[in-house]
Amino acid sequence: MGEVVVITSGKGGVGKTTTTANIGTALALEEKKVVLLDADIGLRNLDVVMGLENRIVYDLVDVVEGTCRLKQALIRDKRFKGLFLLPAAQTRDKNAVTPAQMQKLCEDLREQFDFILIDSPAGIEQGFKNAIAGADRAVVVTAPEVSAVRDADRIIGLLASNELLNPQLIVNRLRMDMVKRGDMMNIEDTIDILGIDLLGVVPDDEKIIVSSNRGEPVVMESSSLAGQAYRNIAKRLMGEEVPLIDMENEDTFIGRLRKFFSGRNKKKE
Amino acid sequence: MLDFFKFFSKEDNKSKDVAKERLKLVLIHDRANVSPKFLEMVKGDIIKVISNYMEIDESSFTIKLSRIEQGDDNYSSALVANIPIKRMKNIGKNNG
Ligand SMILES: Nc1ncnc2c1ncn2[C@@H]1O[C@H](COP(=O)(O)OP(=O)(O)O)[C@@H](O)[C@H]1O
Ligand SMILES: [Mg+2]
Repeated sequence: MGEVVVITSGKGGVGKTTTTANIGTALALEEKKVVLLDADIGLRNLDVVMGLENRIVYDLVDVVEGTCRLKQALIRDKRFKGLFLLPAAQTRDKNAVTPAQMQKLCEDLREQFDFILIDSPAGIEQGFKNAIAGADRAVVVTAPEVSAVRDADRIIGLLASNELLNPQLIVNRLRMDMVKRGDMMNIEDTIDILGIDLLGVVPDDEKIIVSSNRGEPVVMESSSLAGQAYRNIAKRLMGEEVPLIDMENEDTFIGRLRKFFSGRNKKKE
Repeated sequence: MLDFFKFFSKEDNKSKDVAKERLKLVLIHDRANVSPKFLEMVKGDIIKVISNYMEIDESSFTIKLSRIEQGDDNYSSALVANIPIKRMKNIGKNNG
């Protein structure tokens, strides 16, 4: 019996789709059977981030309405054994599906997969309710920035009132250079405010944009810090204990400059 | 050169600390206002406790979260309740 995990955030653009794609791919690399379910009906994106957009014939709404069988709508990712995508409908709106139908769909998927990852739409309306309806656990993605954290807090409250009581947090787009100079909230600050457990931290990494351009998840890149972060998150989802990666040594221009000057100053003393 | 970096990092007033303080304050209000049940629950419990000591007018009981200015553009949050009293109970006698 698989586990249904919904990836939410409240605010749009903080990295839900990127996170779903990469955790899913990383889980498949760990030999898990995984389906990525795009619940962002009308604004589907998981297909392009995964590079599977040309293979869509049927979508989630077709399955729910009985236009096709579940098996026909599942797109197998040929690059990763055990990885599938169930795309959202692009030409329908969020009300095309009900929470009860989503619940049923998740129950069916549970029989075939180890992990069902649901990419939730932004907001707190019908689309959000659909996305969380069949979930066992929730992951909240935020950026370390005031509006994203505020919306994350709202989502945590809504998850609690829907019996998803212990969501886990992913802090995405962390910039160590900004954290060091006190211009970005650090991990402790963010956890302190939101009061939920940390699942992982993903640095701001331009390789994420490059990999979306190509439709290749960043976990495929061994040299990418963000890819490493997502691989660790996948392991934690599987129950393994993995320490946070050290982003302290991130090589930034200002970091190097500062090191250089502080080194010089010490010598003088 | 050291001062040059200090200037940019503004050690005494880091923007992340400002962000954190502002968020904490705004979330007090968000959390209380999101659930209409929240203040009703607080109200119910206050009535329970206060009724041990006095008879109150429950229909004109009001409760809300407010921001209080503490001068210098500094704000804190306060729970403001207005509880009209009808009659005091004579606790002394009961305990006698
Ligand atoms: N860690 C990161 N570093 C750099 N860019 C990122 C990171 N995470 C997400 N992005 C970029 O931010 C944008 C929004 O991400 P997306 O996953 O679509 O957010 P959401 O699904 O929450 O709306 C995309 O262009 C994505 O490539
Ligand atoms: Mg998205």
